[in-house]
Amino acid sequence: MTNTTTTEPALGGARGAASPTPDVTGATDAGRASRPNGRDGRKRRRAVWGVMSTREKVVRYVLLIVVLFITIGPFLWQLSTSLKGAGEDIYTANPSFIPTEPTIENYLKVAAAIPVWRYIGNSLLVAAIDVFGNIVFATLAGFALARLQWRHRKLVLGLFLATLVLPGEATIISQFVTVKDLGLADNLVGVALPGMIAALNVLLMFNAFRQIPEEIDQAAVMDGANAMQRLRYISLPAVQGTIAVIAIFSFIGAWDDFLWPLIVLQSPQNLTLTVGLQYLQGTFATDQRMIAAGTMIAFIPIAVIFAVLQRFFFKGVEEGGVKG
Amino acid sequence: MRANRWFTPWLLVLPALVWLVAFSLWPSINTVRLSFTNASPLGGVSQWVGLKNFETLLADPQVWEALLNSVIYMAICLPLLTVLPLLIAVLVQQKLPGIAFFRTAFYTPVIASAVVVGLIWTWILDDRGVINEMAQALGVVQGSVPFLTDRWLLLLSAISLTVWKGLGYYMIIFLAALGNVGKDLHEAAALDGAGSVRRFWSVTMPGVRGTMTLVGILVCVSALRVFSELYILTNGTGGPGGQDNSLVMLIQQYARGFTGNLGYASALSLLLFVVTLIPMLALARMNSKADK
Repeated sequence: MTNTTTTEPALGGARGAASPTPDVTGATDAGRASRPNGRDGRKRRRAVWGVMSTREKVVRYVLLIVVLFITIGPFLWQLSTSLKGAGEDIYTANPSFIPTEPTIENYLKVAAAIPVWRYIGNSLLVAAIDVFGNIVFATLAGFALARLQWRHRKLVLGLFLATLVLPGEATIISQFVTVKDLGLADNLVGVALPGMIAALNVLLMFNAFRQIPEEIDQAAVMDGANAMQRLRYISLPAVQGTIAVIAIFSFIGAWDDFLWPLIVLQSPQNLTLTVGLQYLQGTFATDQRMIAAGTMIAFIPIAVIFAVLQRFFFKGVEEGGVKG
Repeated sequence: MRANRWFTPWLLVLPALVWLVAFSLWPSINTVRLSFTNASPLGGVSQWVGLKNFETLLADPQVWEALLNSVIYMAICLPLLTVLPLLIAVLVQQKLPGIAFFRTAFYTPVIASAVVVGLIWTWILDDRGVINEMAQALGVVQGSVPFLTDRWLLLLSAISLTVWKGLGYYMIIFLAALGNVGKDLHEAAALDGAGSVRRFWSVTMPGVRGTMTLVGILVCVSALRVFSELYILTNGTGGPGGQDNSLVMLIQQYARGFTGNLGYASALSLLLFVVTLIPMLALARMNSKADK
């Protein structure tokens, strides 16, 4: 072995930084002959794993673009339709993707046909209540379930888990009865109320809090920190990613929801945007440009919010936060 | 050292617990109670009608039609949504330049409201929409294909919409699972000369088998719960003669207006619950078998 270390610098000087680890085979008699092979082997290894061949890269990008076309194409087509003026034929065999004379007149027509600003406000109100409720109360409950020791903790946790089995649609009728009994039928608060604290979010927070090492808490307890102080100064900073995910999805869930507001709401002025959009289809069945504009009004805010916050989401996925 | 007061955890968990009881547990029990009454959405006194709702339900051809639709929905969605999203996840797992953009883009249909994507597809599949116009121009079909007015084509259109909207959702679940499939295992396989396809079958697939089962169950349950796609594509009618209804569409129809019957809608809800239990129990079975 001492041989190896003494001969190695002299023999391998030219290799420089390419191979920092001394090659054991270099010490043998076949050293000179085997060395180039070793170098080749290393190159081949890299080609197979890690750095991929140009051909594979091209294939991958082609596939990615095909999937991109399938997933995004319909949205772009709708956007394109919404910007086409009355003078441009949208019913044609070779339709152009880019509007010849882009116009926002269809968007103005939507505002004239339905009280779209009011619907946006209604949807925002419902979303705001649900985001607030889920962030605050799911965090508190998740913390108590994950970081505090108390009797019946397992039982309560079990209750939250058990409700995941219930398909929401199966209880929607009696939920409506409950909301009606509370005097909140045809009321936006009635729409927001049931989704204000979702069991799934409590469990997500539970899962996030549980991953903080116990020792940190124990140290804080020794220093005399009470439960609320531990929540605020130790646990909360560690679960911000999950809170962001919950906020994003509470907003999207409330903004996109359709069945529940459809059942609860009745009066035209109380509708949320998704329910209100239907009236575009009902009353002006043939004006596809206007329907397209209406869908874009509902879609663009969500798309922007998600595009801005997506890194939190995908970080959460990689941390294992969204595993179903 | 300050000890926790015994009620601190209860205070923290109380709001969530109240919500759980008021909007999950109680409604579950109340659904059973309501299903024995003739409660009306307009209020008023409801009467106990015994098993009448369930007798009506079993004899209701619309219910059987809806169940048939659900079975078809499940049978088509299950293979497509357990395989395609996995392939896409493998595609976006490699950290290539711009991959974050592709991931976000592929997820877009998931974050859009079912109403939005429903209306988008209504336009694309319209008698004079882009698919029909182009198919006719290319001479593939004579006359327009009735995607939105034929009983079976309508169902297939809704299924395509569900599959399209679900790709990104299940892609994310698979992506999280793929992160747990050992890199060293892949590396070892690569060293032994296994190509991408071989590695997919021998390393990736066994590594995500559990996730595939889970996704399969999720797909089945959501296929049984389908509502918005069918509602929007049929403009709320349930297709020609209401033949394209799902159970949830029937529930919604009975929840509204003068002809509504919350008792009957509750009986339908119980049926929905029982039907969705089947794939979940299947999962439990498969898991316990795998453990043996």
